[in-house]
Amino acid sequence: MITPAKDLSLNRRTFLRVSSVAAGGLLVSLYFDRSMLAQEAQTQPPPKVYPPDAFIRITPDGNIVIQVNRLEFGQGVNTALPMVLADELDADWTQVVAELAPAADIYKDPVFGIQMVGGSGSIAHSFQQYRELGAKTRAMLVATAASKWNVSAAQCRTEASVVFGPAGQKARYAELASDAARQNVPQTVRLKNPSEFRLIGKPVRRLDSRPKCNGSSKFGLDLDLPGMKVAVVAHPPVFGGKVKSLDDKEARAIDGVRDVFQIPVNLGGTGVAVVADKFWPAKQARDLLKIEWDLSGVQPADSMELFARYRQLATTTGNVAVTRGDEKALERIPSASRIVADFEFPYLAHAPMEPLNTTVRFDGERAETWAGSQFQTFDQMAVAQVLGLKPELVTFHTEMAGGGFGRRAVIDSHIQREAAVIAKRMQGTPVKLIWTREDDIQGGYYRPMHVHRVEVGIGPDGLPAAWRHVVVGQSIVAGTPFASLLIKNGVDDTAVEGVADSHYVIPNFHLSAHHPTVNVPVLWWRSVGHTHTAFVMETLIDELATRAKIDPIAYRRKLLKPDSHKLRKPLDLLETKTANWRLPRGHAKGVACHECFGTGVACAVEVSIENNRPKIHRATVAVDCGMAVNPLTIESQFQAGIGFGLTQLVSGGAITLKNGRVEQRNFDGFIPPYIVDVPVDIDVHIVPSTEAPTGCGEPPVPVIAPAVVNALAKLTGKRYRTLPLTNI
Amino acid sequence: MATYRLNVNGRQREVTTDPSTPLLWVLREDLKMTGTKYGCGVSACGACTVHVGGVATRSCVVPVSMIDDRPIVTIEGIGVDPVGRAVQNAWIDKDVVQCGYCQSGQIMSAVALLKHTPKPTDLNIDESMGGNLCRCATYVRIREAIKSAGNQLK
Repeated sequence: MITPAKDLSLNRRTFLRVSSVAAGGLLVSLYFDRSMLAQEAQTQPPPKVYPPDAFIRITPDGNIVIQVNRLEFGQGVNTALPMVLADELDADWTQVVAELAPAADIYKDPVFGIQMVGGSGSIAHSFQQYRELGAKTRAMLVATAASKWNVSAAQCRTEASVVFGPAGQKARYAELASDAARQNVPQTVRLKNPSEFRLIGKPVRRLDSRPKCNGSSKFGLDLDLPGMKVAVVAHPPVFGGKVKSLDDKEARAIDGVRDVFQIPVNLGGTGVAVVADKFWPAKQARDLLKIEWDLSGVQPADSMELFARYRQLATTTGNVAVTRGDEKALERIPSASRIVADFEFPYLAHAPMEPLNTTVRFDGERAETWAGSQFQTFDQMAVAQVLGLKPELVTFHTEMAGGGFGRRAVIDSHIQREAAVIAKRMQGTPVKLIWTREDDIQGGYYRPMHVHRVEVGIGPDGLPAAWRHVVVGQSIVAGTPFASLLIKNGVDDTAVEGVADSHYVIPNFHLSAHHPTVNVPVLWWRSVGHTHTAFVMETLIDELATRAKIDPIAYRRKLLKPDSHKLRKPLDLLETKTANWRLPRGHAKGVACHECFGTGVACAVEVSIENNRPKIHRATVAVDCGMAVNPLTIESQFQAGIGFGLTQLVSGGAITLKNGRVEQRNFDGFIPPYIVDVPVDIDVHIVPSTEAPTGCGEPPVPVIAPAVVNALAKLTGKRYRTLPLTNI
Repeated sequence: MATYRLNVNGRQREVTTDPSTPLLWVLREDLKMTGTKYGCGVSACGACTVHVGGVATRSCVVPVSMIDDRPIVTIEGIGVDPVGRAVQNAWIDKDVVQCGYCQSGQIMSAVALLKHTPKPTDLNIDESMGGNLCRCATYVRIREAIKSAGNQLK
């Protein structure tokens, strides 16, 4: 029930929106007439201000409701961005409420230009944006109070959602909000000096903890709409396979099954959708489908065969990513001073705890979608395309997501496409598509498998004088809209990042890559190329340090570019914080460092061997992520990101294919780290900084696997170059 | 189809469903209690953990027909229990959650542990929590929160 009350005399661009809310109160929000803005835009450029109404709502009871332009899936952005805004706004933090924004142009990432979470950019890209939003809204509230009291804005100060005047006047933001809505949005505004921060830089607990601890938080999978049905899909056993024949008699006999029909799925394949009143009948019915599959013309990928092919390719030069110095320098170094190292990495599933799902309701002219999406812009477009609608006719709700790690940033939006196809058939009925865990583990979009071959020539000083590096693995972005941005000279940057931009100074350096085409869909997996490139670089550098009989941290310092302060400072801090480690017999310390997404990380672990497995007793991490917006979240991200990084080290951390079929089905085959696999203690130390904040979502992941393997090498004298670690 | 009378969080509830339906889906879809989560369906991740007759149970593999009159406690009801409340508060105090999807199951397993072992060792925690997967890997803080809750209970 929205009753707009235009007040053109005061400001043609803004008007009040007053609406009743369920509780019976009034909801007053700053609201801007965008159609009017658009008309003016024809005669003059539109003002470059974000309409704060899209981001902030001040309710009569003083709640400050802040829209978060990102998916929240664990990274803590629905606490951190409200902190940033609330700090500049001088809002009462106890009354701040965070909401996940739906898909809309206004919520696009200011740097990427689409609405998304990726590249550890949530804070890095929206820090300034949310500060300005808070500061501008504060300025409007202060101006309102100042004019009411006949004083200048400069004479007023603000704290905890109250404006204070020079003569002891007081006005709560909630009292001022409706008048503030008539104010012009200032074009520029003064931001706080860091010394004035009340929230930024302080450890602040998450806003979403309590509902996530008492079962009341709603994730996409928890959505319940009147008349809603549940769909599951039988997918081809080999990517791209098609239904040859279908017998659904028994499936349809299950009580509660509403429809069974064939649908197109990803990679040109087809599948069978089952729609039922609830999940259990849908799943039972799917299990009873008798489907004969047509697998002609689809390549049956096989991990063993692929590794053999990749190993062969790795002995040849690929498309050149970086070449520096003399390519022939390596050959002039005596073979006794050369290392040839071959590395192998399997496919990895993201396997977020909340299985993939999307709900779509299509009424013939408009549609509504609910999804925990890292790529709202693409996913909204995909639903629209399937339904033959303009994207703006698809209302797209961003749902709280149970993890993602890249799996909800799918370039082909295959989940949303399936959901939309089903919703189209079921027109008028909301349908929730659920991918079961088996669908997820076997459904592709993995971290691509890779082989690296590195030949290093060691100089008389023990430092690498020549380095020839070949990376073999599928391109993640080939054939997608990201290709033009991320593929250069035939090299997918996401496969070589972490080597190509290494901070180690190696005079003669040659890096090339092969990107074979394989019938397995691949995707970015939290920290993307750095998952394997950091492992290769950091285990090799460690090996070189050992050969040179130089302390591994000192060796890294020698080799780092002089200006690599984002690694030098964490290494210094790590050295200090681990200086007093006393290692019992049979324990060893391993270190690694890596910079990615603008954040430098150094990590040390204490490891022993128990039951032929590495036992990690503790880990210490030092991080330089620029200004620490929420040190508590950063600590938590790094502790847990270390655990996530162990996914590629634990023995069950691999997806393998045989004759086109994925060999793992569930968490009994693809086995990520459990509590026993992670150290009891993980200390996180943050380098003090006043630089712009950089990402903390992905940077924790790459360092742990090489640090552990470097410790193991001290214990066994062996270098482990094949992941996951199966034998030590 | 059959009709079952269930005692959920102290309330009598009646559901009519297929006898093979796992308790998880009865809770989520028939009783609209979505705090208990589906993660794997094969008792490999613990996201669906509830208490049945006081025992931590993977509700994704227990058919509703096997519950009988044993009382069921879910994440929605555990807060009225002193141990449950202490665990929830410790989780919030230690800022344990990230995505939060597995935490209902983690909390239910932790409460079951603390009920019989109020001062758990790391080994006790490994044993009792060893089947609860957290893909965010918030394990360090889960461990801290369990110890903290234990200390609160005295």
